[in-house]
Amino acid sequence: MCFRSDTGGGEERPKWNNKAEYLLTCIGFAVGVGNVWRFPYLCQIYGGGAFLIPYLIALVFQGLPLLYLELAIGQRLRMGSIGVWNSISPYLGGVGVASMLVSFCVSLFYNTIVAWVLWYLFNSFQEPLPWSQCPLNHNNTGYVEECVESTPVNYFWYRQTLNITPNMETSGSLQWWMVVSLATAWSIVYICFVRGIETIGKAVYVTATFPYLVLTIFLVRALTLPGAYEGLIYLFTPDWEILKNPQVWLDAATQIFFSLSVAFGGLISFSSYNSQKNNCEKDAVLVGVINSATSIYASIPIFAILGFKAHTNYVTCLNGNILALTNEFDISDMNITVENYEQWFDSLNGTHPSRVSDLKLKTCDLQTFLDQSASGTGLAFIVFTEAVISMPGSQVWAVLFFIMLFSLGLSSMFGNLEGILTPLHDLKLVPKWMPNELFTGETIICLLLFLMALIFCLGSGNYWLEIFNSYVGSVPFLIIAFFEIIAVAYIYGIGRFSDDLEFMTGHRPNIFWKVCWLVISPLMLFVVLVAYVAVQAQTPPTYAAWNPDYVNFPNTEVLPYPDWVFAICVLLSSVPVISIPLVAIYRLICCMSGRHSKDSLHNNPNPYANEDYVVELLL
Amino acid sequence: MLVWILFLLCQVGAPALAQDLCQRDAPNGYKVRISLKTALGEDAYEWNQSEMFFFQATMAFAMRRHFQMETYNVDNIILCVQTSRVSFWFVVTSPDNTTMLIPKADVEKAVRMSRHRINNAFLLSDRTLEFLGIYPTLAAPVNPDTPPWLIVFGVVIGAVCAGIIALLVSSLLQKRRKEKGMTEDGQDEEDMQVKGVENGINLDGTYNRGFTDDDRFTKL
Repeated sequence: MCFRSDTGGGEERPKWNNKAEYLLTCIGFAVGVGNVWRFPYLCQIYGGGAFLIPYLIALVFQGLPLLYLELAIGQRLRMGSIGVWNSISPYLGGVGVASMLVSFCVSLFYNTIVAWVLWYLFNSFQEPLPWSQCPLNHNNTGYVEECVESTPVNYFWYRQTLNITPNMETSGSLQWWMVVSLATAWSIVYICFVRGIETIGKAVYVTATFPYLVLTIFLVRALTLPGAYEGLIYLFTPDWEILKNPQVWLDAATQIFFSLSVAFGGLISFSSYNSQKNNCEKDAVLVGVINSATSIYASIPIFAILGFKAHTNYVTCLNGNILALTNEFDISDMNITVENYEQWFDSLNGTHPSRVSDLKLKTCDLQTFLDQSASGTGLAFIVFTEAVISMPGSQVWAVLFFIMLFSLGLSSMFGNLEGILTPLHDLKLVPKWMPNELFTGETIICLLLFLMALIFCLGSGNYWLEIFNSYVGSVPFLIIAFFEIIAVAYIYGIGRFSDDLEFMTGHRPNIFWKVCWLVISPLMLFVVLVAYVAVQAQTPPTYAAWNPDYVNFPNTEVLPYPDWVFAICVLLSSVPVISIPLVAIYRLICCMSGRHSKDSLHNNPNPYANEDYVVELLL
Repeated sequence: MLVWILFLLCQVGAPALAQDLCQRDAPNGYKVRISLKTALGEDAYEWNQSEMFFFQATMAFAMRRHFQMETYNVDNIILCVQTSRVSFWFVVTSPDNTTMLIPKADVEKAVRMSRHRINNAFLLSDRTLEFLGIYPTLAAPVNPDTPPWLIVFGVVIGAVCAGIIALLVSSLLQKRRKEKGMTEDGQDEEDMQVKGVENGINLDGTYNRGFTDDDRFTKL
């Protein structure tokens, strides 16, 4: 075992019990809710099967090299993200700090999404499902107006779950049921996390594998539903023309990037608990491929169910028209059916056009219903819940779906928290006077994150979450990853890195990896970063507000961000990455003034240490 | 003779009068719409004159139930404008005076009171047996004492708290066991030697047993 880089302090670094735990944890971290609710949406709007081409190209040339790089440096240097980047170059220690800060911000809002999933899960144990019907108003004369104008599903999400305010300026109050769900989410994360990878390693046996079981069950169920076939054809019919649109390539690259969860620091932490003689090349390829395969596999049942939902909506629309025609012309009950509707309509319109037009029949087009796409929370909490109502045995499907989302979110939270805690442990920031097991770093961080995440439990919480999602969960990662790859490829040196890889895996990296690290990946990252910022700069900063008093309600009102909110957005994007130049400047100043850095991880050059005589026991 | 003429007039006039009372959009009448195939599918019965008679009987029952003093009969319910939908209009005449119609409001009250019985008589529901103008009362929401989600939440949070306490207790016990083990006297000297403790001083590194002067290993 090489003694070059030790954790210090004589304390042995925790180890994975077996390879399976490590792989499952990495896969669980990479496979998150985005695989289920972001990828199918992108597939749908970007020409179905054709989207797979830019997606797979981005995976091979950008995703896998970055993944391999992170796993390798974590395994070699055996430290969390801050320690690793400090070791590679003291001037780039800021990259680690930025990773930690970004992981901190992401943990804040990601667990709130998990809390929402828990809330829906708790509510799925009712008959009938609470989002299937409108509640009555206070004097029991009719249904609540807001619910009647929109849909019961929308009402349950916006009013009974979020209790959303009409705009961002109105903060509203803390919604106690949300606080309770958030507390549950954080407690569950804490209990899985309290002993570090010892408990995480056990938890991932369930949280990483359960989603696949549920997806398979849904696949089998969904394929037997009417309309599933149309949904799948719609999803996978390739539209090759779409490849000429640069936006597709940009979205494919960003999707692969965020889906693999690189630049969080979590992967570095996980691989740092490995023994150094582990083949991280195989691990990286395995995790990357499984992540993409899961995305594709998940999109099949999702789209089958969306096809079923579109079909149900189409049939309901048609039935409404049929009822109107039947009642108006006193035709025998059920003479007009979905199949012969067209003929009846034509004949009636021919004989009594004025009466037919007075009925104000809706135009029912299956394609329009299929086009109603949604991603993110809209897909899970509005579209999918509506589909589940029409399925026989809705409670079972709702419970399964939300447990699946919960496992996906929980396993990703492990990685997020590791990205915060491992660097803190390595920096030994936990004071010595902490008396007992109760007040470990995990407890403090979980408590702190829970208290800070209470802003998302306010009435305007959902708007804030969208801000965090768009501004923290995007540009900072691209910048961090860019610096990561530059640091390793050019500052650490590709030769030295290849030596390390030879030591760990037994063979030098082949030409493909070298070319990717040196040229292709940095170039792709840079182009994606610039294009992403350019696109964001062009779209005016607005948000969609749910305002029942809006003229066009139930459509959401598009409002611009207030100035103070926009300032916060800019701060959120820039503060994490500002640590990169700040630390570099600080180190430069220290270096120029000739003082040693007080950082305990900075390698103090010992004139008596001769590396040639370090004993390397090959295990 | 006169009686005979009067009798003939009544026979002819009464249905004509009845027809005048019951017509489409009658001010005191209601339109009824029945959707048999929607409700019963393949078990749908045929709507014929017997069913119409049954309807008259049911309406008469509803009127009797509401106005408990007056005895309504099948003849007091007049039906007209039948279509194949199935839909028709009906009016209710007073049992004392067959030319006088019962006001709409009273008929509505009677129907509302016995709506459930009328629906069940025809194996239909509020949606498939419609009285146009009489809106069904909305079902009262089922409000359980404790919302079900709170119960599920209670179970989950209880399990989590139990887990946290169990983990903390087990780690405390482990710590105590370790401390007990360290202060135990009569520990194996060899153990202490292996751990590199010599004369009570902790040495770094591993004790090399090849250099022990233990007589057990050498037999000279």
